[in-house]
Amino acid sequence: MALRQESPESRWVSASGAQAVAPPLADAETNGAGSARRLTHLQRLEAESIYIMREVAAQAENAVMLYSIGKDSSVMLRLALKAFYPGTPPFPFMHIDTTWKFREMYQFRERMAREHGLDMIVHINQEGLRRGINPFTHGSAVHTDVMKTESLKQALDKYAFDAAFGGARRDEERSRAKERVFSFRSAQHRWDPKNQRPELWRLYNARKRKGESIRVFPLSNWTELDVWQYIYLEQIPIVPLYFAKERPIVERDGALIMVDDDRMPLEPGEKPRMRKVRFRTLGCYPLTGAVESDADTLEAIVSEMVQARTSERQGRVIDHDQDASMEKKKQEGYF
Amino acid sequence: MAVTEPGSEELAARLEADRQAGLLRFVTCGSVDDGKSTLIGCLLYEAGLLFEDQQRALESDSRRIGTQGERLDYALLLDGLAAEREQGITIDVAHRYFQTDRRKFIVADSPGHEQYTRNMVTGASNSDCAVLLLDARKGALTQTRRHAYIVSLLGVRHVAVAINKLDLVGYSESRFRELETECRDFADQVGLPGVTCIPVAAIHGDNVVVRSTRTPWYDGPTLLEYLETVEIDEDRLQAAPLRLPVQWVNRPDHSFRGFAGMVVSGTVAAGDRVVALPSRRESTVARVVAYEGDLDRAMTGQSVTVTLSDEIDISRGEVIADVASPPGVADQFEATLVWMAEEPLLRGRNYLMRVGTTTVGATVAPLKYRIDVHSLKRIAADKLELNEIGVGELELDRPIPFDSYSSNRDTGGFVLIDRITSQTVGAGMLNFELHRSHSVQWQAIDVDKASHVRLKGHRPCVLWMTGLSGAGKSTIANLVERKLYSLGCHTYLLDGDNVRHGLNKDLGFTDADRVENIRRIAEVAKLMVDAGLIVITSFISPFRSERRTARELLEDDEFIEVFVDAPLKVAEARDPKNLYAKARRGEIANFTGIDSPYEPPESPEVHIETTTTTAEIAAEQLMSELRRRNVLDPE
Repeated sequence: MALRQESPESRWVSASGAQAVAPPLADAETNGAGSARRLTHLQRLEAESIYIMREVAAQAENAVMLYSIGKDSSVMLRLALKAFYPGTPPFPFMHIDTTWKFREMYQFRERMAREHGLDMIVHINQEGLRRGINPFTHGSAVHTDVMKTESLKQALDKYAFDAAFGGARRDEERSRAKERVFSFRSAQHRWDPKNQRPELWRLYNARKRKGESIRVFPLSNWTELDVWQYIYLEQIPIVPLYFAKERPIVERDGALIMVDDDRMPLEPGEKPRMRKVRFRTLGCYPLTGAVESDADTLEAIVSEMVQARTSERQGRVIDHDQDASMEKKKQEGYF
Repeated sequence: MAVTEPGSEELAARLEADRQAGLLRFVTCGSVDDGKSTLIGCLLYEAGLLFEDQQRALESDSRRIGTQGERLDYALLLDGLAAEREQGITIDVAHRYFQTDRRKFIVADSPGHEQYTRNMVTGASNSDCAVLLLDARKGALTQTRRHAYIVSLLGVRHVAVAINKLDLVGYSESRFRELETECRDFADQVGLPGVTCIPVAAIHGDNVVVRSTRTPWYDGPTLLEYLETVEIDEDRLQAAPLRLPVQWVNRPDHSFRGFAGMVVSGTVAAGDRVVALPSRRESTVARVVAYEGDLDRAMTGQSVTVTLSDEIDISRGEVIADVASPPGVADQFEATLVWMAEEPLLRGRNYLMRVGTTTVGATVAPLKYRIDVHSLKRIAADKLELNEIGVGELELDRPIPFDSYSSNRDTGGFVLIDRITSQTVGAGMLNFELHRSHSVQWQAIDVDKASHVRLKGHRPCVLWMTGLSGAGKSTIANLVERKLYSLGCHTYLLDGDNVRHGLNKDLGFTDADRVENIRRIAEVAKLMVDAGLIVITSFISPFRSERRTARELLEDDEFIEVFVDAPLKVAEARDPKNLYAKARRGEIANFTGIDSPYEPPESPEVHIETTTTTAEIAAEQLMSELRRRNVLDPE
C-alpha cells in the first residue's frame, strides 16, 4: 500500500511501544487525538453486526447460524456470544458437512460446540453420500452443488429455518458487493438480484411472504483485514490450519493442495512434499489451495495481511469455474 | 513473532494506527454515464489498494469487454452483476472498502438510472458524506439534481461535487468555474450546507489521488484528500441526550432482565436517570453489561445491554431516553416521503411503519404535495408514483417516541411496508408532530358497546361481502337482511351504490378514491357495530389491503369476510346494471375487472361460488355461519 508511505502525516510512524499483548478493542476512552471520544472502525463494525443479530432474533421465527468452522464463522460466533450475553444465542448453529473438510476443522467444530455449549446441528446430504459424490471423481462443480448447495437447501427445508446467518462479506467477490444484509430467497431458495428490498438506515424489514426465507450477513461490511485484526485484538480461537506449518502438499494446476487423508488419489509419480504453508480460507481440503508462508502467529498473519497482494478467494477452486460464477451459484441457492 | 524481530515494532505501531482509524461512509451518485464506477475504480487503482489478482483480472477484462480501448476500464471493478456488465450500466448499490492510514472507507456506489433511484436512497441513508459526479460537458442534469436533492433530504451534510471528464473540455478553468457557480446555486436552493467542487478526469486520474499538473489554476484538495479530512457528524450525536431503542429483552433466567439495543445518541452509564417511552416508566440505569465486563459508559454507536434498578416491564420498540430531555411522543406527523414501489402510494391506505425498533400501522392522510425535483416546485398530489418525493401527513394507530429526522436519523427515519406483500415500499423522514389529535380527544361514554349488546339480544358483527360487480352481493345481502329482520335482529345494509349518493358522493373510481371509499365504509361499519348492529356491507372492495384495514378496526370475531365469487365472464354476462357493456365501450373508466384490478380474498371466512349456488342457499349458508359463531344466540 504505497499510499501509506507517501502520506506525510502517517500516524503509525509516530506511534510507539510495540506490544506483545493485544490492546483491548472496547477502549473507547483512550482513542483519538482530539477531545471528542469516537468509536474506532472495528467498534462500529462490531456494534453493527451485533445489532443485526439482535434484529434477526427479534423478528425471525426460527433462525439458525450457519457455521462453516472458518475464521469468519469464528468471528460470527464471538459476536453472537456478545450480542446475547449474559444469555446464550437464542438460535442453533448448523454445519453443512460435505464430509471432505480438513480433519482439524472437525476437531475444532467439536471443541467450540463443547466449550460454548452450542446447539450444533450437522447436516450431510445422505443421498449424495450414497451416490459417492466426491470432488475427485465428479469435479468441484458437481461436488459443491450436491454436497453444499443442495445439502443446504435440504437442511433449511428439513428444519423449516426462516432466517439463516452466513459469514459472507461484501469485499469477497463482485456479486456479493451488491447483496443486501437481509437477502431474501424464494421458496425455491433462489436469489433475484434485480429485485432486492431497499435497506435504509438501520431499518431491516424481515417480514416475508409464505415460503420465503432470509439469508442474513452480519459481516457484510467487514473486510478480510478487519476480520484478522478483530481475531487478533479479541484473541479469538481459530482452526490451526490458518497458521503456517510443514504440511504434506501436492501441486495441481498451480494450487497447493494438502493431502489430508488417504482418500486423495495421487497421480502416477506424484508424491506429497512437506512444505511450510498456511490457509487463508478453509473449505473442502481437495478444493482449497494453501499459500507458502512463515506466518505462525496471529501477529504474523495480520502482518502478512497488511502487505497482502492477493485477495483471498483466489485460493478457492470453485470461484474460477466461469465468469459471474458466484452470482449464478447464488441465484441457484448457494449461500 | 517475538517483539525483538525486525519489523514487529513497526507492525504493532501499524496495528495501533489501524485500530484508531476512524470510519467514513460515503455515497457516490450522479447521472448515468457521468463515470461514477470509473471514478471509484480509479481511486482504488491509483491509491494502490487493489490486490494483484484483482489488478490482473481488471487488465484482462479491460482487453476482453472493456469500453476504453487500450486503457483500463475501471468501471469493470465495480459493476458486479452479470446484467450490469453486459449492459454497461450500474443497477444496484455496490459496496467497496478501502483504507488509507487516516481512515477506513465504505463506499456505496449507487446507480444513476432513474428507475433505480430507490437504490440510491438506500446508499445515501447511511452515508456521512456524498460524492456527486457531473459531466463537465453536460452540467447538472435532472438526475444529478434529483440526487443532490435526495442527498440533502437524507441529511448528508457534506458533499463533494466531482466535475468529471474535464479532459473533454480541455481542462478549461472557465468551464469549471461556470459549473461551480451552477452547483453552488443549486446547493443553496436544496439546502446543502457544505459543497466542495473538485475538477477531475477520472479516466486519467487527474485530482483523484494525485494532484493534476493540467489544472494549475486549482488549489483545493484532491478527492482523496477531501475524503480523508471531511468532518464526520459523530460529535454532535455523542453530545445529544440519550436515545436507546430497545431491540431485545434479554432474560436468560429469573435473576437477569437486560434491555439490549444500540445507543443512537448520547451516552449511558450506571446511575443515569432514564425514562422508557411511550410507556413513561422511569428508572435508574444499574449496569451497562458487556461480554468483556461491565462498561463505565457506553457511547453513541455501541450495541449494549443495560439493566435498570427497578423491576419495570419494557418491551421491544420502546425507547430508553434521558429523563431530562426525552423525545416527543405523538401519533400524527408531517413527514417527507420517498416512494419506492411500482404500485403508487395511496392516500388513506394503511401501511406498516417501521421506526427505530417499533412497528405501527400508518396512513397517509392527506398527501400535501409532491416535489418536482428539477424546479423544486410543490405540486398538488393525491398519490406518489415510483421514485417520487412528497410531503404528507401521517396518522399512526398508536403513539411513538420520536425526534425530528434532522436531529436524529435513527429516531426520525422510517420505512413503510406493504401489509400484503411485506415489501418495503417507501421511506420517510419525520419533520414534526401535528397537534390536531390533542384537541380532539376520545369522549368517554357511559352507555358502551356491551350495554348496546345487552339490549339487542344478539351480538354485533360485520358481514363483509366482496366480489365483482354483478357477482350477486346485493341480492344475497338483501335476502340475509330479511331473514335477520324476521328473527327480530337489528341490522343495517350498507350498499355501495347507495352510499355513493350521500356520504361518499365526492369520491370517484380511481385507486386513491376507492381506498378512501372503503376506509369510510369501514369506519361507519365500526360505529354501527359499536351500536350493537349486525352490519351487512355490499361493496366490490377490490383491494386486500383495505379489506384488511376494515378487519383490523374490529374485534377478532366481529369481521366475517364473504367472498361472493363469480368468474368475470359470468358476471359480465349477467350485467344487471348494464355497466360492463358501458365499460367495454370505454364510457366508464377504472371499472373493476375491465381496467381496474380485483384482488380476491386469500382466506375468506365464507366463500360462495355463485355459479353453483343459488342466492337463497347462499343466504342460508350465511345464516348458519352466524349461528355457528353464536351471533344470534349470545348466551
